[in-house]
Amino acid sequence: MESQLPPLQIVIPLVAAPICVLLRNRVVTLGFAIAVCWATFGVSVALLDRVLASGAIVYEMGGWAAPWGIEYRIDALNAFVLLFVSGIGAIVLTFAPRSMGDEIPASRQYLFCAVYLLCLTGLLGIAITGDLFNVFVFLEVSALSSYALIAMGGRRKALPAAFQYLVMGTIGATFILIGIGLMYMMTGTLNMEDMAARLPIDGGVRTTLVAVAFLTVGIALKMALFPLHGWLPNAYAYAPSVVTAFLAATATKVSVYILLRFMFSVFGIEFAFEDLALGRALLPLALLGIFVASIVAIFQTNIKRMLAYSSVAQIGYMVLGISFATATGLTAGIVHLFNHALIKGGLFMAMGCVMLRLRSVDIEDMAGLGRTMPWTMAAWVVGGLGLIGVPATAGFISKWYFIQAALEQGWIIVAVLVLMSSLLAVAYVWRVVETAYFREPSERAREASEAPLSMLIPTWALIGATVFFGLFTTRSAGVARQAAEALLGGLP
Amino acid sequence: MTGHTILRVVSKLLLPYVLLFALYVQFHGDYGPGGGFQAGVIFAAGFVLYGLIYGLAAVRRVAKPRAIEILIAAGVLLYAGTGIATMLMGGNFLDYGAFTPAHPEKGQHYGILVIELGVGMTVAAVMIAVYSTFAGRGRA
Repeated sequence: MESQLPPLQIVIPLVAAPICVLLRNRVVTLGFAIAVCWATFGVSVALLDRVLASGAIVYEMGGWAAPWGIEYRIDALNAFVLLFVSGIGAIVLTFAPRSMGDEIPASRQYLFCAVYLLCLTGLLGIAITGDLFNVFVFLEVSALSSYALIAMGGRRKALPAAFQYLVMGTIGATFILIGIGLMYMMTGTLNMEDMAARLPIDGGVRTTLVAVAFLTVGIALKMALFPLHGWLPNAYAYAPSVVTAFLAATATKVSVYILLRFMFSVFGIEFAFEDLALGRALLPLALLGIFVASIVAIFQTNIKRMLAYSSVAQIGYMVLGISFATATGLTAGIVHLFNHALIKGGLFMAMGCVMLRLRSVDIEDMAGLGRTMPWTMAAWVVGGLGLIGVPATAGFISKWYFIQAALEQGWIIVAVLVLMSSLLAVAYVWRVVETAYFREPSERAREASEAPLSMLIPTWALIGATVFFGLFTTRSAGVARQAAEALLGGLP
Repeated sequence: MTGHTILRVVSKLLLPYVLLFALYVQFHGDYGPGGGFQAGVIFAAGFVLYGLIYGLAAVRRVAKPRAIEILIAAGVLLYAGTGIATMLMGGNFLDYGAFTPAHPEKGQHYGILVIELGVGMTVAAVMIAVYSTFAGRGRA
């Protein structure tokens, strides 16, 4: 059975989704879905172990050999992505039963579980496959289900937010499909490895250029790279807390993974970063995104919205790391995928606790909350320190690699800008800390009680992980370094 | 549409042939043009036609919302379940040859028929669900 691990990674959540629809009972479905998520996480742990021990794993779907059949190809990079996506998926769903009890009607919760599992299937599928068209299919599976998840937020504003995301997401997916189509036209293959061997083709440069342009813009839309981030703040602000925590920690990260995979494994570093100088296009966008989004975040009153803008800034950091196109830069980008997933997942879950008790995440209502919900707000403080990049948190590790990568290139200005941008993070994290600890409690905060343990434990599991991975980095930065080196050496 | 006698009679005459044609497309998808996706859409088109002429309530009497929901799920399960069965029989996921190791081409044939049936079920049920959701907006 061990050789069947790659398909199991996808098939377990995929099969569980329709079973949730058949089970229908709220309690049974939730328990079943949580168990399935943890099983999926177990598979990804086993996969990462095998990849680290013995190199890339290749699996032929239906027994058809590549490049004719669909191939699943798992190396250090996507095993790492699979690990944190399925891990976050499991922790967030464990957190979900109490949290969504208030936000999603009980009669629809079995559908929520089914759609959540489908979304997880899509995200894992994007990461695991070695086939370009398969990437698009899984992209649509995850995107369609995430529109539905966002629209489940009870408030009316969730519907236009989901619709805006649907329009932008569809444009992004269409661009990606056009790009894949053009590349298929040029090479006659959809297998990533096969295509990498056939690209670039002399005389067909213009088609390839157009393909790269469509793919870059499409992926940038999907990962909400500044200035294509317009859909993200509303979608994250009005979705149910559980959905925000899950999507913020996984969806955009998987899109960053697609960018990495296309640019480094398919097009190759010589073509994308030396001939096309993609790095010079991405670097200013990344820096602008970091500063603009962080400054906008400071002025938000809805804290979920504030975190959403902060996410746009953090995507900027990841792209910054990629734009260096060096081993250290890529390590920084990849390790920040992981660290930011933990930090943002934890922070959004803390906001889920606040939402449960206050029925609001407005900063005014959170005044004095440090006294009535000490554990929740403590989680916010630790997560916030990680976001800033204080030593002994995971955020520090990312920042350390970013600055090191910038200095390696001799770009002192970039290194200074990264440090300065941390001050902006201090500003928006501190606003909440000040309101919660140093102001007289608001009426809602005075009546609030601490969140239930079933929500606090998963929240602290993620927040604790940010501290753990700030101190012990072999399993995060170590794997990221391995993945970065593999990317720079082409497909393993 | 109580007054439109011609529409009512013609659609009633057409319906069995629409559904039969859907089944033809479904089960000839392995060698001829067709398959589960097309067949599912044609099958659902029969229900949509019925709904347009006789009203949504009539469709919901035949295709109960919960039954449609179960069909959507069952189709996916049939498809993925076939893949799991091939894995249990020692092949890769969806390697139908594993069903009949002595004659892999026969296994491929049966496998395609079964998964196409799953596709057809889900597509038809989703199309009916989409139609009845939009047609029933503001009424449900």
